[in-house]
Amino acid sequence: MIRIEHLGKKWGNFSLKDISLEIEDGEYFVILGPTGAGKTLLLETIAGFHLPDHGKIFAGEKEITTLPSNERGMGFIYQDYMLFPHMRVRDNIAYGLKIREKDEEEIERHVQKLARMLHIENILERYPQNLSGGEKQRVAIARALAIEPKVLLLDEPLAALDEMLKGKIIEDLKRINRESKITFIHVTHSRSDAIILADRIAVMKDGRILQVGKAVDIFRKPISKFVAEFVGVENLFEGEAERRDGITVFRSGEMEMYSSVTMEGKVYASIRPEDIIISREKMESSARNCMEGIIKEMVDMGNIIRVNIDCGLPFMVNITHESMDEMHISIGERVYLIFKAQNVHLFR
Amino acid sequence: MMRERHDVIVLLFALAAVFIIAMLFLPVINLLFSAGFEGLIQAIRDKNAWKAIFVSFEAAFFATFLSFILGTPLAYLLARKRFPGKNLVESIIDLPIVIPHTVAGIALLLVLGRNGLIGASFNKFGMRLADSMAGIVAAMMFISAPFFINHAREGFESVDPRMENVAMSLGATRAKAMVTITFPLSLRNMFVGAIMTWARAISEFGAVIVIAYFPMVAPTYIYSRYIEYGLSQAIPVAALLLLICVSIFIVLRAIAERWRRYDKD
Repeated sequence: MIRIEHLGKKWGNFSLKDISLEIEDGEYFVILGPTGAGKTLLLETIAGFHLPDHGKIFAGEKEITTLPSNERGMGFIYQDYMLFPHMRVRDNIAYGLKIREKDEEEIERHVQKLARMLHIENILERYPQNLSGGEKQRVAIARALAIEPKVLLLDEPLAALDEMLKGKIIEDLKRINRESKITFIHVTHSRSDAIILADRIAVMKDGRILQVGKAVDIFRKPISKFVAEFVGVENLFEGEAERRDGITVFRSGEMEMYSSVTMEGKVYASIRPEDIIISREKMESSARNCMEGIIKEMVDMGNIIRVNIDCGLPFMVNITHESMDEMHISIGERVYLIFKAQNVHLFR
Repeated sequence: MMRERHDVIVLLFALAAVFIIAMLFLPVINLLFSAGFEGLIQAIRDKNAWKAIFVSFEAAFFATFLSFILGTPLAYLLARKRFPGKNLVESIIDLPIVIPHTVAGIALLLVLGRNGLIGASFNKFGMRLADSMAGIVAAMMFISAPFFINHAREGFESVDPRMENVAMSLGATRAKAMVTITFPLSLRNMFVGAIMTWARAISEFGAVIVIAYFPMVAPTYIYSRYIEYGLSQAIPVAALLLLICVSIFIVLRAIAERWRRYDKD
């Protein structure tokens, strides 16, 4: 387990502030945040490239706060690979093993094994300058895995890849994490990468960790406006909450809706578009919220249709083509939005 | 219309380029022709000329070697670290490039001379820095070391420090990361810097003649021939030195050019 306690680090005008995290063995942990959040500085501090100003880092029970990076046994992969340009692919992969003075036979065996695993057997004699982006990324992964690290630190490793390559590298990363039981700590600004890869996500902004949790919790139950906006919550409203007859009522302008979250005062409310049902008729159901609105816009996204509905406040709803065909709805029509109180997430 | 205007600009640039190349090359080629074949043979047979050329080569080699040994750590620190007074240090390094070389010679004499800041201490033990090989090396180094330091620094700056980070994450100590990653990738810059340093050192006259007339370096020997016997006796030795230096310079530059496989990713 990697445990970080109250970590702080000043870097020019920027600083990491009181960061505490616990990352389980074998976990795929993603640190998600916008550019300038301090993700890379945090990752480099975990790797030992920077000494923290305060706080502690533990690997298992052992404190490694001041342990030199070459003694931490943590692989590091940068977005732009940082392959050694004066070494062939084979020598890049073997670098860590040569540093450890392994014998030639063992090095060769290891290099071949990693090359097979990452499908780069045919490029071992090439120099990095002659590789594609995907090949470079695989070589960087092989090089980091060669030292059999307990932890693999990945700094935006997918950011420079096109969509097709990204998909393949994501499969590789998931497979390696599953099979090797190596702890992965991956920083990214991409929500979609985080959703696909992460067992758990930490959302970071301005040098602070704002929220840590499973992907589903982060995306469905953000605890702040920033997290909600950053993870792409679309139906986000500011208003007042009050308790009425044992349930919370959220009010924003003329609009009212029920929430199962117990909260009062100034709050934000969020509802995921996929949790909302559209109906042409007013429905009596266990769902506590039923609101009337007018369709303002419909955008076909290929697999779904995004519908913008004005209920006093603008709601975004996703519907399938089948639902669309069944309901025959069009722009300007009146419809009802139905969603459960438990899907109305409230936070301050 | 645009195309025509562009062509005119290119033509003007080409004319300016031809003019400046001619300005640089004409005196050099004219010197060789002025010396003539017989003059060159005469210079080749001049033992004193060879002696002076060897002193120049030896001193320039030591000046380059010392610039490499002492300049490399400084270049690395300047490339990698931020520290108070860094701008001042960089200005001090460039200072010898801007001050007149005779002034540099006088300044060095005040430090290394018999009664100088450092020279006086050496003098107590019967060691002489001025009018010695050590003085010549010091003068050459003073003038030429900035070329090495600046080239080496540019080389180190061109290697992403994150490469060293990766090397360290793979188990290398910082020193090992420097030796296996940063230095090989900066080697071409360092080599070019060393060539420039050596070339500048071997051509130095102003600072050297102030601090050490003897042992005589090639430029001082050529100057003495000019003063004592006139231009006609200075030309052949000058042409010989020119031929040797240019030949070595061309070979070393060619080696540096072939070093492209170390170029960064």
